[in-house]
Amino acid sequence: MTFEPKIVGILCNWCSYTGADLAGTARIKYSPNVRVMRVMCSGRVDPTFILKAFADGADGVLVAGCHPGDCHYIEGNYKTMRRMALFKKMLADYGIEPGRFRLEWVSASEGDRWAEVVNKITEDVRKLGPAKLRTVRKKKIPA
Amino acid sequence: MKTIKLKIDGIETTADDRTPVLAIAEKLGIKIPTLCHHPILEPYGVCRICTVEVRSGKRVRMVTACNYPATNGIEVLTNSDRVRRDRKLIIEWLMSRCGHVPVLEQLAKEYGIVEPRFGRGDDDCILCGLCVRVCSDVVGANVLGFFGRGTTREVSTAFGETSPKCIGCGACAYVCPTGAIRIENDSELVREALPLGPLTPVGIPFMQAVPHKPVIDRDSCIHFKTGECKVCEKVCEVKAIDHKQTDQIEEIDVGAVILATGFKPSDPQAIPEYGYGKFKNVLTGLEFERMNSASGPTGGKILLANNQEPKQVGIIHCVGSRDERHNKYCSRVCCMYALKFAHLIKEKTGAEVYNFYIDMRCFGKGYEEFYHRLLEEGVRFIRGRAASVTDFPLNDREVGKLVVRVEDTLIGEVRRIPLDMVVLATGLSPAEDAARLARTFHISCGNGFFMERHPKLAPVSTATDGIFIAGACQGPKDIPDTVAQASAAASLVQSLMSRGEIEVESATSVVDAEKCAGCRICNTLCSLSAISFDEEKKISVINDVLCKGCGTCAAACPSAAISARHFTDEQLFAEIEGALYDVRA
Repeated sequence: MTFEPKIVGILCNWCSYTGADLAGTARIKYSPNVRVMRVMCSGRVDPTFILKAFADGADGVLVAGCHPGDCHYIEGNYKTMRRMALFKKMLADYGIEPGRFRLEWVSASEGDRWAEVVNKITEDVRKLGPAKLRTVRKKKIPA
Repeated sequence: MKTIKLKIDGIETTADDRTPVLAIAEKLGIKIPTLCHHPILEPYGVCRICTVEVRSGKRVRMVTACNYPATNGIEVLTNSDRVRRDRKLIIEWLMSRCGHVPVLEQLAKEYGIVEPRFGRGDDDCILCGLCVRVCSDVVGANVLGFFGRGTTREVSTAFGETSPKCIGCGACAYVCPTGAIRIENDSELVREALPLGPLTPVGIPFMQAVPHKPVIDRDSCIHFKTGECKVCEKVCEVKAIDHKQTDQIEEIDVGAVILATGFKPSDPQAIPEYGYGKFKNVLTGLEFERMNSASGPTGGKILLANNQEPKQVGIIHCVGSRDERHNKYCSRVCCMYALKFAHLIKEKTGAEVYNFYIDMRCFGKGYEEFYHRLLEEGVRFIRGRAASVTDFPLNDREVGKLVVRVEDTLIGEVRRIPLDMVVLATGLSPAEDAARLARTFHISCGNGFFMERHPKLAPVSTATDGIFIAGACQGPKDIPDTVAQASAAASLVQSLMSRGEIEVESATSVVDAEKCAGCRICNTLCSLSAISFDEEKKISVINDVLCKGCGTCAAACPSAAISARHFTDEQLFAEIEGALYDVRA
């Protein structure tokens, strides 16, 4: 059986979540590996959420927001852009390959792009294999 | 200015000192013949036809009325025997140069000249100088001038050559009293400028324009070419014309906005095989509509470029719509307007009409019935996307015609249909600046059309509170649909306003005063300026009305003092745990 990665997606309410919704109403087929969470703005995403997801066994994390300039709250996604760039540099220190984390911009009308983004991260993470944190945890806890 | 008293043809009158006699006479309704005079130009006094008799005390003088300044106590006779005799002589002199000019013939008749004593010349130009003066004083192009002396004097351009400074305004031809100047009227050239453009530089753009007032077309107005003219300003009695007006930016505070910015007709030149711009008788739907309008350039007649009525007309459907190369969507309105065109062409010209269609989409109320009516009227329908329009004939039937090549999919054959006129049923494309506008209002834009909040349940509102959309800016739609959507948008705005109060976002962020260390990191993060710093308590405070609950501050707070209601750290952690329930150990 091939490895099916478990990916947590944190989506902004106005663009990406609506875009994912559109992918659904348009019946676009894409990998079922991303488990979606909604926040009001990608600016709400605290790096601890991402670490928490990895710690809880996620193989990848996808954060998606409005395209730069399109933020419903004017510039929340600019804050995210800066925050995530710094955070990505720290990921390796936690023993997590930076490829397991992605920040993407998906607008409300881009159902097809959402599907593309999901397929891409799923493939990338599948190639990387199960996350180390997950295997470490699995070993520690006796069956 | 001094007021003077004078007498004209026995009528006592008053006027400002030194007003030209002609102007005073005109006010009294006394007609004095003129040739070289025009109200917008300075008096010139060269044709002498306005000669009148002026008596001042015992002194009697023959003067030109157009430039003779009236003084106190003078008596003017405009039609005395002496005046008539002098004018007769002047006319005869003029006719010795220009013997066959209608204006002079008319004057000769009035003054009882049977055959001029000095013979009839063959020239057209009486050297009145109106054209020269209008070109330099009004238009400012300075193209025309007098050349030569004595009997060889003539009006011409420099060296008699076509001047590059001539802007082709036609003012010289307009003022010429004898018709010596003509504008080369190439009907095809004029037609090229006409279909959708304004008829004159100043005018009401179309009959239904709101407000129903004339506007100046900057592209064709002489003033914007040479900086002179301003004739309209001189003749406007209420002084309503201001050439210095420019666009102004006004700021207005509003609580709600309805976007109804419409569409742009698809560009037919993007499909070169239909020959738009190459063949004069290939028109877009909008151009045809203009030609068809009773207030349009042809007065509602359907005419070819050579001003003949067409005998065969083709209408190509789905130009720029339902096309992988252009817009993939259906523009919704073209089928029905194409049918309307077909009906009108049949009715007005009796021409044979061919419709080249992919599918007939007659979805609205009464639309299918209209389609059937046209079938009964004998309009021809060929099912197949037209491949190309060409003027290359393959047989005698096609000589001098436009030929539409099309695969008739119902009989499975490629056909060539010779036609006189082809109308392209151009579709609806998104407005060019739609994406920029969407960004301004923080709404989404898909395919160039504004996104509604929900395709079925909220088709008029957008993701941003207080911003509504109506009409073709949301997607291609016809007039009934646009009116319905616009009414809905208006009533949504009304309901917002009549409530008198607005609901505040419940999911706002809140500062825990106990935990806040007063670091002020959040203060600069808030793009809505909802966070301020309480100097007394040394903590940050969030304004509940301004806060929209994005949570950016909550994510950034180093002491976790800010929590976003409904999206607290605990709630989101729980959600992550839930999302990973199967892998969490």
